[in-house]
Amino acid sequence: MSVDILAIETSCDETACAVVRDGREVLSNVIYTQIDMHTEFGGVVPELASRAHIDKINYVVQKALNDAGKTLDEVDAVAVTYGPGLVGALLVGVAEAKAMAWAAGKPLIGVHHIEGHISANYIEHPELTPPYLGLIVSGGHTHLVVVKDWSKYRILGRTVDDAAGEAFDKVARAIGLGYPGGPKIDREAKNGDAMAVHFPIAHVNGSEYDFSFSGIKSAVLNYLNHAQMAGDSVNRADLAASFQKAVVDVLVEHTVRAAKDLKIDRIGMAGGVASNSALRAAMEDACSREGFELFIPSPIFCTDNAAMIGVAAYHEYMAGVRSGWDLNAVPNLKLEER
Amino acid sequence: MNLNMRIIESLSREETFELGREIGKNAKPCSVFALTGDLGTGKTVFTQGVAAGLGITEPVTSPTFTILQIYDGGRLPFFHFDVYRIEDIGEMEEIGYDDCFYKGGVCLIEWAEIIEDILPENTVRIKIEKDHTKGTEYRRITITGEL
Repeated sequence: MSVDILAIETSCDETACAVVRDGREVLSNVIYTQIDMHTEFGGVVPELASRAHIDKINYVVQKALNDAGKTLDEVDAVAVTYGPGLVGALLVGVAEAKAMAWAAGKPLIGVHHIEGHISANYIEHPELTPPYLGLIVSGGHTHLVVVKDWSKYRILGRTVDDAAGEAFDKVARAIGLGYPGGPKIDREAKNGDAMAVHFPIAHVNGSEYDFSFSGIKSAVLNYLNHAQMAGDSVNRADLAASFQKAVVDVLVEHTVRAAKDLKIDRIGMAGGVASNSALRAAMEDACSREGFELFIPSPIFCTDNAAMIGVAAYHEYMAGVRSGWDLNAVPNLKLEER
Repeated sequence: MNLNMRIIESLSREETFELGREIGKNAKPCSVFALTGDLGTGKTVFTQGVAAGLGITEPVTSPTFTILQIYDGGRLPFFHFDVYRIEDIGEMEEIGYDDCFYKGGVCLIEWAEIIEDILPENTVRIKIEKDHTKGTEYRRITITGEL
């Protein structure tokens, strides 16, 4: 008997829904912003604000069921991200999931957003099982965790200020590349010399695996300022490449050091920044040098999506975890509290 | 000239943090602080000071991506907003901003000019500026409104 889970994710910008079988097989994976609206509707539709989840959720859920060839009655459970995230955004998903589960008499499973990102690797890498080291890097999160067992985590390090993806966005803004900063810096950096400018790697006092990206951002701004005052021209590609190297270096260095310290030889990377080509290349290099095995999801499962929530929920489901009808959005939900 | 305007000069991150901590220590329920300053001026450091002053011990990270971070561990609930990515005021309704502004907590809003229309009357404005003629660490912090 297979287990099919309908999963909903609305923790930040993306309205997403998926149907996942047995925690591995993605039957459908719908992300509103990635739907080809022209093809779907045969014409121009008004653009909805990025976080207007309530206007999109029913459509996205129905499309996920249709794409999977399923009805609500045929799924075994309904899962939803209930934190961390933006409270109003989370509430839309939680209310939708509760209503559907209640109406169809299905169990409800609340999922932690970061647990979802970590679980994205199971979709394409059936050989990956705990324990292993997880690096989750996105616009809102930077976490280095030990995945001790299914649904069991220990946080080793996290950012004390800006998330890695956010540093990309802010630097992109400062050097005039615009939003979203991650892919734009990645592209620009390909034409630049990463050794052109040295930006310091910040270490956080007293917590050896924590990250700080605010300092690198300030160093880039100071560099721009000095250049401007001295009347020097700035090579944007060199700057993008050098900044990117500084961020990538610290991510790789912490991850490799943690793996060595804890004698873990498998690493799972996840989150939107895991799509960054320089990070992928540097982590692959480091892992092959150290003899570690590295797992990274395809970009579609790195960005915020609901398939990853369906995967995480499957392991909760099998462990007998069920949420009550009082499930609420928890904007600052902690990973280790679960 | 606004009688409630004060200018404070900070010569280091530590001083900026301390100023934030003093403000956090003395913040009353329903305080709203609108914080402005360019990238890299120390808005996060100042905010971490306010949180410390409220008795919050967990790390205060940037809410640029998540727009709002809520901290319950202190003397009063602390709502840290970064509304840079807000495209229209309606999104603030969806976030439930009025539950944050008027329910007895302390709000600190970065890029508040974007949501000027919905800021309450008691909003205190805090502007952090660099002055390169006075060195890279120098910050001029202008506070307007009643603390």
